Amino acid sequence: MALDTRTERRPSFAGLLWRSTVGKKTAMAVSGVVMLLYLVAHMMGNLKIFFGSDEFNGYAHWLRTVGEPFLHHEWFLWIARVVLLAAVVTHGVAAFQLSRRDIRARPSKYVHKKPRQSYATRTMRWGGVILALFIVWHILDLTTLTVNPRAEAGHPYQNLIASFDRWPVTTLYIVAMLALGLHVRHGFWSAAQTLGVGSAARDRVLKTVANLLALVLTAGFVAVPVAVVTGAVS
Amino acid sequence: MKLTLRVWRQRDADADGGMSTYDVDGISPDMSFLEMLDTLNEELILKGDDPVAFDHDCREGICGACSLVINGEAHGPERTTSCQLHMRSFRDGDTIDVEPWRAAAFPVVRDLVVDRSAFDRIIQSGGYVTAPTGAAPEAHATPVPKPDADFAFEHAECIGCGACVAACPNGSAMLFTSAKVNHLNVLPQGAPERETRVLDMVATMDDEGFGGCTLAGECATACPKGIPLFSITKMNREYVRAARKGRR
Amino acid sequence: MTSYTEYATGEPVADRKAPEGPVADRWDTRRFQAKLVNPANRRKHTVIVVGTGLAGGSAGATLAEQGYHVVQFCYQDSPRRAHSIAAQGGINAAKNYRNDGDSVHRLFYDTVKGGDFRARESNVHRLAQISVEIIDQCVAQGVPFAREYGGLLDTRSFGGVQVSRTFYARGQTGQQLLLGAYQALSRQIAAGNVEMHPRTEMLDLIVVAGRARGIVARDLVTGRIDTYFADAVVLASGGYGNVFYLSTNAMNSNATAIWRAHRRGAYFANPCFTQIHPTCIPRTGDHQSKLTLMSESLRNDGRIWVPKEKGDDRPPHKIPEAERDYYLERIYPSFGNLVPRDIASRAAKNVCDEGRGVGPGGQGVYLDFADAIARMGRKAVEDKYGNLFDMYERITAENPYEVPMRIYPAVHYTMGGLWVDYDLQTTVPGLFAVGEANFSDHGANRLGASALMQGLADGYFVLPSTINDYLARNPHHDEITADHPAVQEALAETEDQLNLLLSVDGDRTPDSFHRELGELMWELCGMARTESGLRKALDRIPQIREEFWRRIKVPGTGEEFNQSLEKANRIVDYLELAELMCLDALHRAESCGGHFREESQTPDGEAERRDEEFSYAAAWEFTGTGAAPVLHKEDLVFEYVHPTQRSYA
Repeated sequence: MALDTRTERRPSFAGLLWRSTVGKKTAMAVSGVVMLLYLVAHMMGNLKIFFGSDEFNGYAHWLRTVGEPFLHHEWFLWIARVVLLAAVVTHGVAAFQLSRRDIRARPSKYVHKKPRQSYATRTMRWGGVILALFIVWHILDLTTLTVNPRAEAGHPYQNLIASFDRWPVTTLYIVAMLALGLHVRHGFWSAAQTLGVGSAARDRVLKTVANLLALVLTAGFVAVPVAVVTGAVS
Repeated sequence: MKLTLRVWRQRDADADGGMSTYDVDGISPDMSFLEMLDTLNEELILKGDDPVAFDHDCREGICGACSLVINGEAHGPERTTSCQLHMRSFRDGDTIDVEPWRAAAFPVVRDLVVDRSAFDRIIQSGGYVTAPTGAAPEAHATPVPKPDADFAFEHAECIGCGACVAACPNGSAMLFTSAKVNHLNVLPQGAPERETRVLDMVATMDDEGFGGCTLAGECATACPKGIPLFSITKMNREYVRAARKGRR
Repeated sequence: MTSYTEYATGEPVADRKAPEGPVADRWDTRRFQAKLVNPANRRKHTVIVVGTGLAGGSAGATLAEQGYHVVQFCYQDSPRRAHSIAAQGGINAAKNYRNDGDSVHRLFYDTVKGGDFRARESNVHRLAQISVEIIDQCVAQGVPFAREYGGLLDTRSFGGVQVSRTFYARGQTGQQLLLGAYQALSRQIAAGNVEMHPRTEMLDLIVVAGRARGIVARDLVTGRIDTYFADAVVLASGGYGNVFYLSTNAMNSNATAIWRAHRRGAYFANPCFTQIHPTCIPRTGDHQSKLTLMSESLRNDGRIWVPKEKGDDRPPHKIPEAERDYYLERIYPSFGNLVPRDIASRAAKNVCDEGRGVGPGGQGVYLDFADAIARMGRKAVEDKYGNLFDMYERITAENPYEVPMRIYPAVHYTMGGLWVDYDLQTTVPGLFAVGEANFSDHGANRLGASALMQGLADGYFVLPSTINDYLARNPHHDEITADHPAVQEALAETEDQLNLLLSVDGDRTPDSFHRELGELMWELCGMARTESGLRKALDRIPQIREEFWRRIKVPGTGEEFNQSLEKANRIVDYLELAELMCLDALHRAESCGGHFREESQTPDGEAERRDEEFSYAAAWEFTGTGAAPVLHKEDLVFEYVHPTQRSYA
């Protein structure tokens, strides 16, 4: 009987969380919040593009020198990358495991279907997959420059413009950012519930913040390719 | 009223099931949905067919036995139990689909009857206060602030019907579990077992094969007793708190 | 075979367990006298408990806590669904938190008087004593009773008593108390002390060498019939109100467990004592499958009336004040709309019989809140009765704030049941009955908010103390096995009956018989009974029974989930129990409590008790289906509460 064994051992906090659905959701919420904070910073950095190539490239260079001399060159960046990678992996693995479990928990569907969930809720799963694929492509495009034929290391401003000059890339980017908006919209509110911050009294505030975040992030990220395509930035 | 019913028929847990179509006539709008099914069953018996099996008992919306998915919605279009749904909620000539609760943790027993014993096992794993008979202190020894008592009551109203699981796209039992966790955890009487209760009940819920919560909110919409979605939020908070503190 | 009505009177029965001495000391004395079972030996004793309502759930949990091995049954899919869950009003306890003069003695007095002097004083006094412990116990379990702003428990007055002693949890007190018991039981199931069999129905009692040693039960999912053995059997299977087909009982509540125990030798006491509740939602047509109660607290502010003229079918608001008959206020000026349940019910029946009833079929009276809304304002009415008004509207689609509610009496509770002594033991040694299944505490009429009190008193406190004594004196070292002749006989009878039901293959459904019997009982053994009516019913019931066995149609087989078979099998017992109810009602040629014989009334139409002839509990012994039973009288002695005629005029 589950009751007996569980009273004996004393699992670690992380172990306990990872083993249960509620705990795994907590891991997703925390990793989601980490990524969300990063996205806000990332978006603000992106907007520097509107202040010209020097400012943008200077900002990119600064990112590599943050924390010096305490940190070695690029250490800050690598720490951030490791944290982000951990967040993405945690988020993705938890989502995968939970989704598989959820699908198993409802093996047969109703004959009479009644779709009623909100768009954002329904798009969490495949939206997440789109975002994961996008991240891979995004890194290959603008970090490693593997799929950006005209790119040159050390010139992020020019690389970015080179990338967005290709209309399929721009389209893909914009679609991904719309998916991001939807994901953040439900994800932020959902994370608040998972972390136990929500309540009837606070719900309006949380929903408003979720909508605002989704809107600002999408608009902020989409502004760059739009500016490139329209020639506002070149 | 004259209606066409499409009803899920399944001989037993192992058999394959499918929808069967029946016409019923002479239905009064004052009938409850279950009385309409009674009418159908009387006809089926006289025709020599097997009547449709469905769970029901008190027929006043409190025992939680009735469990029909009507036109894709747990307990049908009104926010009440199947037994308190009346035929006046439908129109003459309607086609109505009737299905059992569907979830891996609620296997079909026959037709519209499912096995909800997983709920009992969730309660058995911690949905109680350890207070053996005779050991109770005087009732007024521990005053309970009225807001806490009301909060406990609102969650204790759960009738364990399982509509939350039936409505959830993930077949999750979070609303059911959280209702009991919140009822007992807010009360001073439930405090000594506050951490073990939530940890064990969630563990059992997972072991029983219920899905996780994606906060779709369908459970709270279907709940005939109006247990709020924030009940889940509150339990999440209790869970993280308990995991952090560990068992005492 | 002699005619059913020519019953013999056998040896009187008497309770020999309640000790002598002052009534207030008897429970203590009994507990001290009772032999105990060594805690280490308790797990060697198996106790079967049938039913998981307030009485059964609390008994199973408590016995398991004491260390006994409990094997428990319920026909529902979960022990949490027992019909105790539907009780609305509250639970009485002599806590005297209001300092309004309440005491154990006053609760005792009120209950004996409310029961119209047909209950046993020792039992009722014990009930009143235990009432205070029940509240403590339930609070400790986390039952969310209503509380005041200071954090202390709230109480209200209920059912025509002058003190405020009813504890409640909104309109769902039964639910909350039941869930408390269910949770306590769940803890014992998890600990392995209770072996729970849901969806399993008891179909017979196994009696070996004169002692109850087990039951025959059918798994309702697979149809498998099994035997279960124990050192004692506790029946907590509730009342038998479903004999009437329409009642406030749950659809599947049934009398099979107690009736089959009666057939095996347990006396059935006061079967005719049934309570008819005045404020139920009237039926809307022949399709009606059950009736829904509305809390009688509505009578505190609502006014009951019918049109003065027969057949006045104008809508209520078109009937001018002068043409309305507020009949309760007219006939009972001092109590008005707050007369006890039986009186209010009978008065409603009378005006409807006169053709002045309202609503479909003329089976209803108005319960009007127009004056209350004018006096208190709609908001205040909403605060007080909002949930009840919502429930009424959901069922009837009428808005009671604008149109007066329609109410009609309905069968609600059965005071009669298996005869038990002070230890709650029936006349079959080792067979105990608790809660509504026994006859003990309410006499001829139960007071509001007392059913929950009795169920929990029996289950949490009384039975777990008294059953020790039986088990200590009867250690049952002999194993019973399935091949014992008594076991084989019980098993064969059960199987034969089910097979017979399946083989008739007639042309009438189980429900059609149940409905026919119910209508007959409601008409002739309901709110008002006459000798001629009862004789007519006693003629008719054997005919229905004969027709049942000729024309019943039960589809399917016995080896599967078969709800028609369950139903038909219960009707077999109703068809026998109904006969005994009518005979009991016929023999009791007096009016008392819920039993009103038209021949026995005062000049102003009130119930007239005849203490010199009928101050006893009638315990009937079974002698065969359709055969005259034997009457055993238990004389009732009133040392503390002296019988008086009730008057509410």
